[in-house]
Amino acid sequence: MNIKVLGSGCANCKKLEALVEEVVSEMDAAAEVQHVSDYKDIVRYGIMATPGLVIDGEVKSAGRIPSKAEITSWIVTVLSRG
Amino acid sequence: MSKVEEQPASAPWLWVKLVIAAALWVAAYQYLEPLSGAVSYSLLGLDPASHLGSAVGFFLYDVPKILLLLSLIVFLVGIVRSFFTPERARKALGGRREGIGNVLAATLGIVTPFCSCSAVPLFLGFVESGVPLGVTFSFLISAPMVNEVALALLFGMFGWRVAALYVATGLGVAISAGWIIGRLHLERWVADWVYQVRMGEVQLLEGHQSWTDRIDYAVQAVRDIVGKVWPYVIAGIAVGAAIHGYVPEDFMAGIMGKSAWWSVPAAVLVGIPMYSNAAGIIPVVQALMEKGASLGTVLAFMMSVIALSLPEVIILRRVLKWQLIAVFLGVVGTGIIAVGYLFNAVL
Repeated sequence: MNIKVLGSGCANCKKLEALVEEVVSEMDAAAEVQHVSDYKDIVRYGIMATPGLVIDGEVKSAGRIPSKAEITSWIVTVLSRG
Repeated sequence: MSKVEEQPASAPWLWVKLVIAAALWVAAYQYLEPLSGAVSYSLLGLDPASHLGSAVGFFLYDVPKILLLLSLIVFLVGIVRSFFTPERARKALGGRREGIGNVLAATLGIVTPFCSCSAVPLFLGFVESGVPLGVTFSFLISAPMVNEVALALLFGMFGWRVAALYVATGLGVAISAGWIIGRLHLERWVADWVYQVRMGEVQLLEGHQSWTDRIDYAVQAVRDIVGKVWPYVIAGIAVGAAIHGYVPEDFMAGIMGKSAWWSVPAAVLVGIPMYSNAAGIIPVVQALMEKGASLGTVLAFMMSVIALSLPEVIILRRVLKWQLIAVFLGVVGTGIIAVGYLFNAVL
């Protein structure tokens, strides 16, 4: 699984990245977490507010820090999809 | 965003909690004055007429009062904002003509959740979908200028009249400055890469749909914002309290009074490099006004500090050439100066 945190160095972007890392390691999920900070790449996902969260190419949230439970459930859904 | 499960069972409890919170809020607000007075003058034994007594009394009354108001207003604004998203604003503004577009953009700037850290993707999203440059600017000017923290502080320290004046004139500056920038046709001063960006299809993430979600969102906003600004509130009110207690009456009249014509532009210039959120600056400014500074000058100073800031300029520099940054600062600064003179003349 590939998880991308979109954001150009804002405080919330760093928080979201740390939170995602935490969830991934707690779940022991096989996921690669990337930070995308180039605006040209960020807007390619069609978001207008950072931080954004993209899991396997699908935008899950933008402009806010989702809760741990939300992130967990998104990862679970993707994992169960196989 | 897919909400994982609906929570119908918890909804009534949520309303009960809200009612309890509201009741506690009202009770706390009611008892503020007698309680803070009792602490300052009976418990600490300070003389209300003394310098120290008047400063401490002011501080102990204003800090909890402003924090209470701030929580309430941030909560209410949070509820309103849960109905709006930048994506919806973009949709509403796409293909809009100037004029009407500027008015709509400035208004949406107030109610749409906005963080200056997201100014670049927002700018790209607007320009990409054909929102005119000037209309985009109206949004980008009003969004940071008219914010819930400024609103709460103005209401708490100056009353609703000044708060309403600030909102109305802030909107006026955002609409007219955006309109002027649009008329000047400055698209050539937008960074070249902006027009080459290929934006992905904008996602209309369905965010907060149920009332539970909206209330959660607003409560989170209260936590985030009040959690962040409370030290500024305390520091600002402490400085304000010291001025209140120790600075002689009419001390500011010569510097920031109506008779000093140069004070309005000077206040705006001084305000640009200053970056403080409204929470730190408004209590100080209120104390200065008590000492003879005039409302127009004070209003201009606050707008300049809040709406024109170096960090925002640095962020916008990534999408705008410096010429356009200069025009932006010039046009908005002139608008704010006009507001300052207007109020000095009228009031």
